[in-house]
Amino acid sequence: MSDVTNVLLVGVGGQGTILASKILTMGLIENGYDVKMSEVHGMSQRGGSVSTQVRFGKKVYSPIIGEGMADILVAFEEMEAARYAKFLKPDGKMVINRLCIPSLPVLSGQVAYPEHIIESLKQDFPVLDLDATRIATEIGNPKSANVVLLGALVQALGLTNLDWSDFISRTVKPKFVDVNLKAFQAGREAVANR
Amino acid sequence: MKKLLSGNEAIARGLYEAGVSFASAYPGTPSTEILENVARYDEIYSEWAPNEKVAVEAAIGASMGGVRSFAAMKMVGLNVAADPMFTFAYQGINGGMAFVNADDPGMHSSQNEQDNRRYAKAMKICMLEPADSQECLDMTRAAYEISEKYESPVMIRMTTRVDHSKSLVELGERKEVPAVPYVKQRDRLDDVPAVSKQRRYVIEEREKQLKEYSENSPFNYEEMHDTKIGIVASGVAYMYAKEVLGDKASYLKIGFSYPLPIEKIRAFSKKVDTLYVVEELDPVMEEQIKAAGIDCHGKDVIPNIDELNPNIVATGILGKGFPNKTVPDGLFVPRPPALCAGCPHRGFFYELGKRKDTVMVGDIGCYALGGSEPLNAKDLGGCMGSAFSIGHGMSHAFSKSGQQKRVVACMGDSTFFHTGINSLTEVSYNKSNTICVILDNRITGMTGHQDNPGSGYNIKGEPTTLIDVERVVHALGLKNVRTVNPNNLADMKATLDWAYSLENEPVVIITRWPCVLKKFSQEDAEEFNLDHTPCVVDEEKCIGCKKCMTTGCPALRFNLKDKKSEIVESDCVGCRVCAQVCPVKAISRKGYK
Repeated sequence: MSDVTNVLLVGVGGQGTILASKILTMGLIENGYDVKMSEVHGMSQRGGSVSTQVRFGKKVYSPIIGEGMADILVAFEEMEAARYAKFLKPDGKMVINRLCIPSLPVLSGQVAYPEHIIESLKQDFPVLDLDATRIATEIGNPKSANVVLLGALVQALGLTNLDWSDFISRTVKPKFVDVNLKAFQAGREAVANR
Repeated sequence: MKKLLSGNEAIARGLYEAGVSFASAYPGTPSTEILENVARYDEIYSEWAPNEKVAVEAAIGASMGGVRSFAAMKMVGLNVAADPMFTFAYQGINGGMAFVNADDPGMHSSQNEQDNRRYAKAMKICMLEPADSQECLDMTRAAYEISEKYESPVMIRMTTRVDHSKSLVELGERKEVPAVPYVKQRDRLDDVPAVSKQRRYVIEEREKQLKEYSENSPFNYEEMHDTKIGIVASGVAYMYAKEVLGDKASYLKIGFSYPLPIEKIRAFSKKVDTLYVVEELDPVMEEQIKAAGIDCHGKDVIPNIDELNPNIVATGILGKGFPNKTVPDGLFVPRPPALCAGCPHRGFFYELGKRKDTVMVGDIGCYALGGSEPLNAKDLGGCMGSAFSIGHGMSHAFSKSGQQKRVVACMGDSTFFHTGINSLTEVSYNKSNTICVILDNRITGMTGHQDNPGSGYNIKGEPTTLIDVERVVHALGLKNVRTVNPNNLADMKATLDWAYSLENEPVVIITRWPCVLKKFSQEDAEEFNLDHTPCVVDEEKCIGCKKCMTTGCPALRFNLKDKKSEIVESDCVGCRVCAQVCPVKAISRKGYK
């Protein structure tokens, strides 16, 4: 699996991790990679912790990874970054959205939402953090936060030589092309030169 | 042409290419998307059946009628459909028949982790196990050739990761297959004991022929590299082994996995130093291989619990997995799934959770989440449609033994049509005092909004006969029946009070409000007030009592600094359950007074 890159996207059911993974996967295929993408449906989608995996390279066998195998972890939510950190390779890096979504045990007062997650993770992992929701809101559509994160991921992976804007233009609905292109670009810029 | 397809999409494509004419299923994760995708091909008649048994029976009828037919189900669905399937295995097909059984290792969305490969052996039918989307398509096409050659139904056994992983698939063309004219054959199809006794010998002979086929099947093949390690693997487990070991091992990839190609495995075992069987869940292949006197490792190094992944396979075979860093303690807390904001089940669970001396029996669906804190309303569950019958047995035990407890049992509308009608018949016929609640959210929720006999639409979204839940309940002889809007807590409470007051009679409550995530039909829009204006908290009035938080709504937040509740506007759909709970009326709809 030496030539295979492993991307793990994690978040909370309903955040749009699957859509971001789909755009990434289609883009990689267009650029000649062998790709496998794995997602989970059903009960966990009801506000639970969700993960999607995209593996690409010359030849990919397994659709999923295990602990210690991810090259990059993209967390759409802070606590999920910590939950899935064990899946990273020792030299793997993280892209984290600065967003806290309390889970049911937090809402019902059984436990407190952990503090200083990003700062703690930075002690052990290279972390690129950004406020994708704020960036997306400034661009004009908070729902495009997932495409902001996709832009950050592409930048972090160094896949910037591929023509993503052409691909995004052809994938999303015409009226959302502009906002998504801006979101993608803003995501790239947010983590560039870091 | 190559296309990115999930395993489920590839099965649907394979059915199209194989010239299949009839496909039926009941939704169930991880198999649901197969029929949803089949429904896009006009060449195939497709349908949602009320349950898996009915789906298989309909597919059996279509096969007997002469066309290629198909059914799909998750693994617990095969328990329901096992009855017709065992006998159909004796009768044999007319038009080719295959079915998908989707196991769920790791129980992502299931109540047990059964390994249904054992069914193929018990039913004496053959089994194919695809490992990726391309094999899903190829094996589906081949399944019909095999089915018609050996007059056997074929089980295509998938697992969650094969169903829901996407990879590139080479597409082919559809081949129309003429129907086989029906000819009366009582000595094969009429399943009276005298006929079945004769068929018993026929299927024993057929199994021998299938063993022969397995030894020569192109789906069972060797890949010889370094011979220190030899791997026998099927399904996605083969992909994990291949990922980890690459050319450092040799492989015998098993795609046609029942009957097993034992002689091929024996020959392979002689070419390698150490033989490993890599399979998810039970040691199904390992047991057969060891019984044939072939020495191998299996469950001594590969766990039989939970799904596998490359790291687990590496740990088992190489003795060490992939290195990783540990995360400091306390950086994350559990995030279990929860009822959505605006879920119509919330009002029912909220009111029920407050009652003492109550035992709540749940069922399979989103309402399975009613047991979590803070709603804390559910005690136990069973299988599809079981709540009322389990409730009846418990009620009987409680009254017999003097335990002062009232049993409330609930299930959804789709589950009621699945097998809940049977268990409500039990309650009515045997005069149970179980309070039976049908949570009618006008759709099949958990699996992603499939139509059902109560929705008024078929799998293609076309209008069809709407079977009315309340009329069915009346027809089953129940006299105490009330329908209530569960978002109105006062009505919900009053209805429960009424049900509890009928101490020695069967009672049915139907809560009726559409799932907040469903695509509303014209009828929904006419019947329900679907105004989704969000609620807001008036900070001045909020006293920080956290009463609203006891509804467990994910749109609510409690601001610890200000000691006030907040509502995330983009998540709230204005169901007003929290507003009714608030003791100081601090919550109201935005812009409403």
